[in-house]
Amino acid sequence: MSQWVIKGLRTGVKSTRYPRAEETAAGISPGLPTAATLPLEVAQSLVARCPADALELAPAGVDVNLRRCIHCFRCVRGTNSPLGWEHSYEWATAVSGGNDQKRQFGPAFDRSVHILVVDTGDCGACLNEVRQLNNPYYNMHRLGFFLTPTPRHADVLLVVGALTDHMRVPLRKAYDAMPSPKRVVAVGACALSGGIFGRSFMCAGGVAELLPVDVEVPGDPPPPLAILHGLLVAVGRKPPARLHRAVSDSVGNASG
Amino acid sequence: MFSDLHYSFGGLVVEQLTRWELRYVFYGGPGAGWLHVLTHLAPSDYRVPSVSRLVHAADWHEREVEDLFGLVFEGHPRLGDFVLHDDAWHEGVAPMRKSFDGRQPVTHRAPDQNWKPRQIVEEAGAFLMPIGPIYATATGPVHFQLETVGEDVIRVQPRLFYAYRGLEKIAEGRRAEDVLLIAERISATSAFAHSLAVCQAVERICHMEVPPRARALRIFVAEFERLRHHVAAIEGICESTGLAVAAAQASILEEDLLRLSCVLTGHRYLFGLGTFGGLTINLDDSACNRAAAQVREVAEKLSRLERMLSISSSFLDRLEEVGHVSAGEAGDFGLVGPIARASGVSRDMRKAQPYSGYDQIEFEVPHESEGDGYARLRMFFREAAQSVRIISTVGQAVPGGQVRAPEVSFRPGAALGWVEAPRGAALHWIRLGEDGVVDRYRIITPSFANWHGFRLAAENFAFQDFPIILATFALSVHENDR
Ligand code: SF4
Repeated sequence: MSQWVIKGLRTGVKSTRYPRAEETAAGISPGLPTAATLPLEVAQSLVARCPADALELAPAGVDVNLRRCIHCFRCVRGTNSPLGWEHSYEWATAVSGGNDQKRQFGPAFDRSVHILVVDTGDCGACLNEVRQLNNPYYNMHRLGFFLTPTPRHADVLLVVGALTDHMRVPLRKAYDAMPSPKRVVAVGACALSGGIFGRSFMCAGGVAELLPVDVEVPGDPPPPLAILHGLLVAVGRKPPARLHRAVSDSVGNASG
Repeated sequence: MFSDLHYSFGGLVVEQLTRWELRYVFYGGPGAGWLHVLTHLAPSDYRVPSVSRLVHAADWHEREVEDLFGLVFEGHPRLGDFVLHDDAWHEGVAPMRKSFDGRQPVTHRAPDQNWKPRQIVEEAGAFLMPIGPIYATATGPVHFQLETVGEDVIRVQPRLFYAYRGLEKIAEGRRAEDVLLIAERISATSAFAHSLAVCQAVERICHMEVPPRARALRIFVAEFERLRHHVAAIEGICESTGLAVAAAQASILEEDLLRLSCVLTGHRYLFGLGTFGGLTINLDDSACNRAAAQVREVAEKLSRLERMLSISSSFLDRLEEVGHVSAGEAGDFGLVGPIARASGVSRDMRKAQPYSGYDQIEFEVPHESEGDGYARLRMFFREAAQSVRIISTVGQAVPGGQVRAPEVSFRPGAALGWVEAPRGAALHWIRLGEDGVVDRYRIITPSFANWHGFRLAAENFAFQDFPIILATFALSVHENDR
């Protein structure tokens, strides 16, 4: 077995320096569109191109509701007037559910947070990005985040996927079995609003239909660093970003 | 009869036209083409003879149709609880019927909190172990009923469809372009493969020519996706045996390939790349060359990993002669992809029914004969090496010209599109009405076929082997459930 030890040591340190420093490697995030000042006609045609209702007509151009964006690139590809695009990854926001005193974490959670991941019906993308957090590049253990298979040990419920009918009961049971205080982090466009699966005979939309959500991480899927940002927001170690980007913002960048 | 003619069962497509149409799709080997067997029923009729005694691979297809369309397959040994879970859904709901409005929520039974699986094994000391749908860390939702006697698992029943999102239904009435968004989200790790199958079906209906550059780049990207999938599968197998360093090494390679996908196409899972008539963006020659060079680096690391694994005896002990599936079983159950090939059933759409120009490229479809966990692991390594070979060949000589045909003009009609997705054959049937509006979208996935046969591998092995056997099958619940 010694050859494996040597192999491990030879590989050296791969881990990102985030959150101490920004991560700049190529390919870590698909990025997101940015709001733009545009003539009305152009703005209208772009809004019509978006299949996820993520673009909204604003008095001076187009606003982006990042919560709904599914990275389909239709507002930047195959059009003569593409929207801008930025390669950020700090996308997580805090939502009102988090104001409840009972749900706040104390200092005991600063270096040890256990996370139960529940897939309520995704396509596997968000789930796979969550899994990447354990690979040596992201190595979330160094920040005190650990995945747990049981709700009894979990502090954070991380939900990916649209809420299918068949997952309602298991999700509720898992949440109820978690000790307090506990927080819910919804990851990905589907967990936020149902995403491309929407509301239908099988999907109720996002997880907020059933549980109080504290942190939302948009993206389809959000890249590993966006999910990590979401966890850091959940425990109060990073400030949240703002999800609705308007042309009227003086700085079109909410990634902080 | 069909297997005597060397035709394999591809899947069952049911359509509610002026009358019921049931289309049993079979495909032959190279040069043998497709065989569609049709039967029709009056609109008010709902009884069909089951074929699953003759064509066992049709077993789950019939169960699905019974659940979703309300047709009854007479003589089928086991209909009932399948896609729609009995503890939540009222009897008689048939969501795939045209009269059912898929946009509205459905009122259910009050969910039965005390639902319990049925115990079948009655031997002394028999024990039923329910696992899931939430189990282990970060897994897709599936429930297993393992019936054990002592150490051994005697019977395995997966209860699936917790991630059933009703994709076939919600596609109806939408525009063909939007079906691409759905296809990419059947299973993210095979997103490009599924979107390619949809593209090919629509291109067939609309008589679209795909420019040579786009055809070549589609192969380039499809093989790239296969490589990434196989690396992830290898990682899963290492992890299931507790070989942490090897799993970490493979996961580094997976992340490298995800990043490379993002650099090359803008998205880590290749979303938004496929479109009717080609690709949405051009991948220029220098980008392809750089990507191919990086892929070769990954390949080198991968073969070093393979060499190290092949001399780690404690690792091999967990895989060899474990989770065995014979060639006969794999054939009968209609297993596909690397799982079938590990048992010596060499089905591959790229050779059997070539598309996008695969017939002009030199590559091999490796196969093994043992059908155990180690054979499946070797398949992932050997196929990954072939993908690297294809990426290198295609990347060196991408023909010039456009990457997209001029604007598509939709016509009404129906067609099948198929690909060899990373996990095996994927068949997509699309019927378009006027103006490119989708009337029927049928998705037949490799995970659906392989989940059907998974119990062959897992039964009669020790309980501790179960997670390892599961990992060697590289199954996706998302791809199965749809
Ligand atoms: S990339 Fe996002 S904002 Fe742009 S069209 Fe697609 S979903 Fe809409």
